[in-house]
Amino acid sequence: MARSADTPPLDYPLTSKAALEPPEEWAGLREGCPVARVTLPSGDEATLLTRYDDVRAALSDPRLSREGLASPDAARVAAGDTAGIFASPMARALNDEGHERWRRMVGRWFTARRMSALRPGMEELTARLIGRMREHGGPADLVAHLAFPLPVLVICSMLGVPESDRDAFKGWSDTFLNTTRYTKAETEAAHRDFAAYMSGLVDAKRAAPGDDLLSHLLAGADSEGEPMSEAGLVATGQALLLAGHETTAGFIAMMTAHLLSDRTRWERLVADPSLVRRSVEELLRFDPNGSGFGMLRYVHEDTEFSGGTVPRGTTVVCSMAAANRDERAWQDAAAMDLDRSPNPHLAFGVGPHSCLGQPLARTELQAVLTVLLRELPTLRLAVDPRELRRHEGLLTSPLRELPVTW
Amino acid sequence: MKITVDQEKCCGAGQCVLIAPEVFDQRDEDGIVVLLDAAPPTALHGDVRESAEVCPTAAIEVAQEE
Ligand code: HEM
Ligand code: SF4
Repeated sequence: MARSADTPPLDYPLTSKAALEPPEEWAGLREGCPVARVTLPSGDEATLLTRYDDVRAALSDPRLSREGLASPDAARVAAGDTAGIFASPMARALNDEGHERWRRMVGRWFTARRMSALRPGMEELTARLIGRMREHGGPADLVAHLAFPLPVLVICSMLGVPESDRDAFKGWSDTFLNTTRYTKAETEAAHRDFAAYMSGLVDAKRAAPGDDLLSHLLAGADSEGEPMSEAGLVATGQALLLAGHETTAGFIAMMTAHLLSDRTRWERLVADPSLVRRSVEELLRFDPNGSGFGMLRYVHEDTEFSGGTVPRGTTVVCSMAAANRDERAWQDAAAMDLDRSPNPHLAFGVGPHSCLGQPLARTELQAVLTVLLRELPTLRLAVDPRELRRHEGLLTSPLRELPVTW
Repeated sequence: MKITVDQEKCCGAGQCVLIAPEVFDQRDEDGIVVLLDAAPPTALHGDVRESAEVCPTAAIEVAQEE
């Protein structure tokens, strides 16, 4: 499928026929049109990258930036979306802290060692949620019982949100994520209430510090001894909830669906749980919904990719999920290989902006899968995998429900 | 095997520590990588190579010697 400069741009995002399958266009794009013109839902034009080497290069190249997406000529994703989340008060507060400085201050809380220390707590929470799903009896929806509630509970305990406030927390998160179910006014009110709540929580931690992320950030400082601002602390709490909830929830459900859609995969893991770590990485690579839409970057200087030069002023969409299936980069790219190693997939991005929460996400995904295999070894899908439906979300498209039984 | 890490490049993603905790650690103050063992025993070479390949900022370099 060679597409020339005068072929009309493709409508983006691309869709696939079934929830667990990649869009049909990917292979042709990677082969014949690795630098493709696309039209975003806003009507703006952008350039889609689908090859592994190109996506990797674009995400790490300093000639491209995420901050540039605030430029007046950058493409917008949706109509009426004024640069979206990148221009929100939250994003501004974080930029004011300085990206690298902010990452280092927050990153210390996300070290692999800290994550391992949190793992028993995650396993306990998972077991409790599975226990409730058992009481409910099969078939049950794994999204509602496990995938959706777990990540927000984990973030609450990291931030030190008291048990009694967790329902409110979940409510805000729901409102932020359900862009279709709530009005713009409702969403804005939720953002305001949430910011006010976070600011109260920061004050409470200042008065009575605990062993949690907010207390540690309050007490901490950067290498110059400068502490994080109040606005920065509130924005950090918001950012962690927003960046970590939907992504992780969506992936817990997808990961389980991929394993159960061909039950020999599940059985192999039940028999040998030591495969969990590598399997999680392979599932992150394999899932075509992965990071959904892809990541946007603004091109500040003409940049060469394998399919040609992308001029300055272009907005590129880096499809990590398409790159993760690139036959040039992976042996048997279309096959799920639970032993694949090394597995330098791009589900968390790469470079200085790559996912800050990846050690948390990895630990959480490994914990959930380990407990699921142990508690429900007979788990199976209660519907045909072709019947699984996704939300028609703009940036991510998680499963609506995952009916399972055991 | 001789390992070097670039602390300027490292973004603290902790991948290396999750895979090879005997060889890599992260600084308490900012999560940046620290090398615990620049010449680990053969049994760990596979894990070290895997860490280097998956590091999101290519901050780990492995030189092979006899
Ligand atoms: C399976 C789960 C997850 C996936 C697939 C995922 C994916 C990503 C991706 C692709 C990026 C890169 C954005 C870019 O290049 O512009 C990112 C950034 C980020 N993620 Fe995640 N993420 C996940 C879970 C989490 C969790 C649990 C947290 C924290 C609680 C988190 C916090 C962040 C933050 C703060 C950033 C921004 C980093 C920066 O700008 O330096 N993520 N994530
Ligand atoms: S994997 Fe790379 S970026 Fe992550 S901590 Fe190790 S050296 Fe740093």
